[in-house]
Amino acid sequence: MSQPFRTEKGGRIDRNAPLTFTFDGEELHGHKGDTLASALLANGIHLVGRSFKYHRPRGIMSCGSEEPNALVGIYRNGDQTPNLRATQVELYQGLQSISQNRFPSLGFDVGAVNDFMSPLFPAGFYYKTFMWPKSFWDRVYEPIIRAAAGLGKPPKSPDHDHYGNLYAHCDVLVVGSGPSGLAAALAAAETGAKVILCDEQAEFGGTLLSESSASIDGKDPADWVSETIAALGAMDNVTLLPRTTAFGYFAHNFISLAERVTEHLAEADPRLPRERLWQVRAKEVVIAAGAIERPMVFPENDRPGILLADAGRTYLNRYGVKVGHKVLVATACDSAWQAAFDLADHGVEVVAIADMRETPPENLMAIASARGIRVEAGCVVTGTLGRKRIKAALLGRLMTSGQVASGGQVECDALLMSGGWTPTVSLYSQSRGKVVWDADKGAYVPGVSVQNERSTGASKGLYGLQATLEDGYAAGEEAAKAAIGKTAKITKVAATGGEAGYGGTLGALPHDRNASRVRAFVDYQNDVTAKDVKLAVREGMQSIEHIKRYTTTGMATDQGRLSNMNALQIASGALERPMTQVGLTTFRQPFTPTTFGLFAGISRGDFFDPVRKTPSHDWAVENGGVFEDVGQWKRTWYFPKNGEDIHSAVTRECKTVRDSVGLFDASTLGKIEVVGPDAAEFLERMYTNPWKKLAPGRCRYGLLLNDAGFITDDGVIGRLADDRFHVTTTTGGAASVVARMEDYLQTEWPDLDVWITSTTEQYAVAAVQGPKARDVIAPFIEGIDLSADALPHMSVKEGTFCGVPCRLFRISFTGELGFEINVSRRHGKMMWETLAKEIEKHDGTTYGTESMHVLRAEKGYIIVGQDTDGTVTPQDAGMSWAIGKKKFDFVGKRGLERPDLTAENRPQFVGLLTKDPKVKLEEGAQITVAENPATGTSAEGYVTSSYFSPALDRTIALAMVKNGQALDGKTLYVPMPDGSIPVEVTGTVFYDKEGARINV
Amino acid sequence: MSELLANDLITPDAGESPLLSLGNVSILKGAPLTRLSLRLREASVKDAGKAFGASLPVKALTCEVGDKRAALWMGPDEWTLLAPEDDLQSVFNSIETALKDQPHALVDISERSESIIVSGEKAAWLLNTGIFIDFSLEAFPVGMVTRTVFHKSPVMVWRTGPDTFVVEAWVSFMDYVAGLLVQAAQELQAA
Amino acid sequence: MLLIYCPYCGVERPETEFQCGGEAHIARPADPGQASEEDWVEFLYMRTNTKGIAAERWRHTNGCGRFFNAVRDTVSDKFLKFYKAGETMPDLEAIAKEAGK
Repeated sequence: MSQPFRTEKGGRIDRNAPLTFTFDGEELHGHKGDTLASALLANGIHLVGRSFKYHRPRGIMSCGSEEPNALVGIYRNGDQTPNLRATQVELYQGLQSISQNRFPSLGFDVGAVNDFMSPLFPAGFYYKTFMWPKSFWDRVYEPIIRAAAGLGKPPKSPDHDHYGNLYAHCDVLVVGSGPSGLAAALAAAETGAKVILCDEQAEFGGTLLSESSASIDGKDPADWVSETIAALGAMDNVTLLPRTTAFGYFAHNFISLAERVTEHLAEADPRLPRERLWQVRAKEVVIAAGAIERPMVFPENDRPGILLADAGRTYLNRYGVKVGHKVLVATACDSAWQAAFDLADHGVEVVAIADMRETPPENLMAIASARGIRVEAGCVVTGTLGRKRIKAALLGRLMTSGQVASGGQVECDALLMSGGWTPTVSLYSQSRGKVVWDADKGAYVPGVSVQNERSTGASKGLYGLQATLEDGYAAGEEAAKAAIGKTAKITKVAATGGEAGYGGTLGALPHDRNASRVRAFVDYQNDVTAKDVKLAVREGMQSIEHIKRYTTTGMATDQGRLSNMNALQIASGALERPMTQVGLTTFRQPFTPTTFGLFAGISRGDFFDPVRKTPSHDWAVENGGVFEDVGQWKRTWYFPKNGEDIHSAVTRECKTVRDSVGLFDASTLGKIEVVGPDAAEFLERMYTNPWKKLAPGRCRYGLLLNDAGFITDDGVIGRLADDRFHVTTTTGGAASVVARMEDYLQTEWPDLDVWITSTTEQYAVAAVQGPKARDVIAPFIEGIDLSADALPHMSVKEGTFCGVPCRLFRISFTGELGFEINVSRRHGKMMWETLAKEIEKHDGTTYGTESMHVLRAEKGYIIVGQDTDGTVTPQDAGMSWAIGKKKFDFVGKRGLERPDLTAENRPQFVGLLTKDPKVKLEEGAQITVAENPATGTSAEGYVTSSYFSPALDRTIALAMVKNGQALDGKTLYVPMPDGSIPVEVTGTVFYDKEGARINV
Repeated sequence: MSELLANDLITPDAGESPLLSLGNVSILKGAPLTRLSLRLREASVKDAGKAFGASLPVKALTCEVGDKRAALWMGPDEWTLLAPEDDLQSVFNSIETALKDQPHALVDISERSESIIVSGEKAAWLLNTGIFIDFSLEAFPVGMVTRTVFHKSPVMVWRTGPDTFVVEAWVSFMDYVAGLLVQAAQELQAA
Repeated sequence: MLLIYCPYCGVERPETEFQCGGEAHIARPADPGQASEEDWVEFLYMRTNTKGIAAERWRHTNGCGRFFNAVRDTVSDKFLKFYKAGETMPDLEAIAKEAGK
């Protein structure tokens, strides 16, 4: 149970709640309140991973979401989630974790050979080393690089967690719960504004949870946090979201939050989602994201045991963990001194404070001296020793000449460093705000707000507890005022202490080592060194955007939050341009890595997309129907009987339709009711055909173009009354035809007295097609004379089907006698089952979409979207007959007169018969004049539809062929990989050319 | 249910068991209704309302409720009229008669959609798992009605009480809408 | 996701309820038969594709169904004005000036 680096007392962990966990199989102990990182450190474990490129041993460096090194895999529910930051993983009983990117073990990793071969892997090495031969990239280089580099292994099974989604609105969203965030939330909440306060950590409070040197209203800052959170939690207008990362700031104050709901629980209720995506529209946003400490760029600054100074302090004060027994503190600013003092106060030997500054502040010197801490002013670290853990550090004395003189070696088992602080401007930057360089603060800080947001506290470069609290109150008040126009008086607190934060250094530090042999890391996760950045500049990269991509600095999962400023300074030096002229890369969403599951949310499995079913669906399932997806619809593709394959089923279905009768579910066709005194005038303007003289009770095939003159939809339109039409559209075009009709109605012809209503789902439609169709429906229809004279082809009447109202169309998409019966949707099942039973008496069959396609192709009827592609005119399709030539105007009329559309050599719709009647062409296959065309020959056209035709007992095809209608009887070729297929050009109607069968 | 709007009209389908029944939220299938789409110009609003039995609201996103009648604003010239299932023909005929000399379009859409009644303390929360609308009572008061989107499905939402919503979707989308609501509600049962 | 005000519904709604219909105020010639080849091609295909302040059509598809117009800064995505279909095109330069562009 021993945790050799745990303090005797203190910290926010629950010492009465011990937990057991494993790391790489080793059983270890920690406490409730620990993160995996703090628990590992308590056990003296710093080495937790191998670096991305060089496989160098790496240790925990930070205590937050910016952690570059401590990426681990966590086993849960029988699978492993890779690349989680140990600094964010909350410890629970039985947690199983593994290190990554090492083989065979973390301690002995063969990939570490890369480290010794590092001269082979300079910046841009992909571009240089793996150039030749070209074919090796896919087969050799990339697989090897991918295997050797990289992070954790992806999980093997489908994600067994589920994810929630919640849309939310608030007046003020506060991101971050450090001093300024809490103050802002309080100030805003007091006005009555609806406030959401989120923080990526498990506990609210930010730096206040590890602050030892300050007090708020005379209280321990952590106690003030507890009181504040309790007060906020008691307010109805406040939503508190711990473990929630604001990862994206989008247009119009739309912010996305990732809430981790169950991952910190040893046993979570399976009904809870693993994570929840909050999609928040906030009237105002307060960004209180704080600042993160910068690493110092000195040689070998990446050894396990080297941490950011504030992380060392946080592990001590918040988690009760000492990062080492002998600690060296290297710094360029004040804040790290406090870490040294706190460690010393907990009995840790602070071997020295090495401050780059020639004269550190007197007061700090005095405190150090009182604790007996050795101070080395004007001193930098020039190197470190130790492979899997730091053993010692080399010091160098900065001289006025700019040179560095050796300052000797100090033994240590941990090194805390602080290069100063970098405000976290990621969210501000995502909001499209431009950061500005603040020379006094030595940092990029938020500039003018572009959206309704303001940054507060350390995230705008403001430090000191009292100052950040005051700024937070002001930000909260301002946000609430802007959101709801109210202000409120609140009791503000007074704080003392917590002053540090300003100052620091940027870029690579000087040293006395052989510059060509040492490596000082800038971007830890991507293994980018100061040398790499300089090399990129030498090789001609001028812009920071190029340097970033060439070296990959700042391209790791922290998006350069740790590395950017140092890289910029190094690039600036190498380019001999001021840093502000080197540019800054853009922070993009997401702020921290976000799971795919969160983004996918509910859109998976059965709910990936709506699955729309027709009234015959259940019957079709029971009767063995095979389905196909047509957009969101499930349609029956074919109805196999007695183990038939698709070919035999379709052949039987088609034959049966032509010999006796078939039943088909046409419910998915789009239906639009066009009603009003100007209904005929409107259709006259929309469709190519004339409508005004169509008598009520009659139908006409309608062709819909766009204004360019191309076919976009078609369907049969029946006139029910002078002012009422029943329009049908293709299944896929249902929504877009309504939208286009509305567009013309509302914006071009608002004076027309006509309205359109989608009735697609109001009606169930059964198509009964075949010579016996009339006999099949006759017993059920009342109020309509079905005789050929009373109800000729292309007519519509209203009556009843089994006593329920119906609209009966006599139309055909098969070339046979045909009826389409529309009853209200609720009666669709009854209608289908009635007819399915009835057709059996006539040796009929139900048929699916495949037979529907074959039957219409035998008749040469087009399917918009299959035989047309948005560039086909009515003339191209051989449908000039559908154009009302005397009409003043219709959509597409003027377009059809354009020279391109009347030119010679346009592709035209034709039939194709293969010379060998058994050979079926591939849809989409190209058509040529020559049997074996030379490479580069343009095709004359392509096959749009191809089937085996049971009626002809041979294959048939439809195609678009250049000038095709003039090529009747000519032979063309369809070159395929296993030989060229000769075809004869024919008309498009293969069966019953005179159309006798339809008029019976 | 007495405080609810149109509670003589919007009733659970007696033949159906609840889709969801938790302490703080339930989902019931709505009984069949007469639904008519009425389109007309401003001049005809009064006559149409008189013939229907509830005036046509002219304020956006609101409803007018009469005796077994409700008129819902869908657009500036579009209303959905609700009446009991059996009143289809009589309502249709009386409006057609009243408006025979005025341009309008009256279309039966009774069967186009189905409704569910989502009610309970967590009803707004549950709808917010898929609808990006602020359902606070200030922003979306009782009586407000709107078309919107639930995940990938168009829906209509009508608030008939502080904690009661009628959600309508086209019939073929209802499995998706109701199914997702039931799924999203599962976590409410967790401890 | 953009937040769009519908001038017919009088509320702001998320982009998912709307469809963008491209550049606004492109009128279909009243008598297309009389339109010259250039005019027709201009009507069909030529768009300004403004970087900056532009008037565009939107339809509240999953709402009231109405088309309306909006002035949007295509760089910042800020909406500067919403108005009903049929209303005259506002002075984009004045709007730009007011917005400080």
